[in-house]
Amino acid sequence: MVPVQWYVWLGLALFMVGVFGFLTRRSIIMMFLSIEIMLNAVNLLFVAFAHFLNDLRGHTMVIFIITVAAAEAAMGLAILVSVVRNRLSAHVDEIKQMKG
Amino acid sequence: MNPIVFGYLAAAILLLSLLAVTNKNPVHAILLVIVMFFHMAVMYIGLGAEFLAAVQVIVYAGAILVLFLFVVFVLNIREETGGERFSSVWPFGLSIATGLLLLAVILSGKVRLGAMGPYTPQVISAETHTKILGRVLYTDYILPFEIASLILLVAVVGAITLAGREDR
Repeated sequence: MVPVQWYVWLGLALFMVGVFGFLTRRSIIMMFLSIEIMLNAVNLLFVAFAHFLNDLRGHTMVIFIITVAAAEAAMGLAILVSVVRNRLSAHVDEIKQMKG
Repeated sequence: MNPIVFGYLAAAILLLSLLAVTNKNPVHAILLVIVMFFHMAVMYIGLGAEFLAAVQVIVYAGAILVLFLFVVFVLNIREETGGERFSSVWPFGLSIATGLLLLAVILSGKVRLGAMGPYTPQVISAETHTKILGRVLYTDYILPFEIASLILLVAVVGAITLAGREDR
């Protein structure tokens, strides 16, 4: 039987991998991917605590997080498509012009 | 869950996600994250959440990351393989992530579980996870459920407005 502490450590490590990727990568698509990794770390913690507390509230939270993640990915990638189509770059540090 | 199975899954998840966020090629990174999500689904099954494991594979790996792959192919992002992978301020990002990790690991020793709920693994397996989760979702959580449907509607309309061409 694995104690709940191990799941907490795994979730924390996974979340920090996502934080590292989000803060350091230049490509917008890799930053979105890092956000998905962070959301998965949180989902893992919700499911682990729900299992150890014999409760289903964590599972419903995971359903809502996945819903919002789908909406976020759709909106973010749409913004990325319209940015690249306007001949800006797909790299965050090259998108500097804010004047129309 | 068996500690050996947990050890394999944890090692695979961490290794795959680290390889993904440091990968040069966005397509390879997305495929690595898809494999990582399959391992996560196995972890959910071990925690008694079969429906969430199915949702993880179908929605996350099957829909969201395939959307990522579509965008990479449509935009034809090749510059990533040529230019610098990390931004010039990457040591700050690394130190922020490491510091947060240290802080969180120190604080995680304080984790105490609260009151136990009524849904023991025996209750869930007697009445299947999908059925019991559906009942909770459609009774106690009906208002958040409706709000989630509204969020999806806004996302669909917003994505078409942002990414659709205007000269049509």
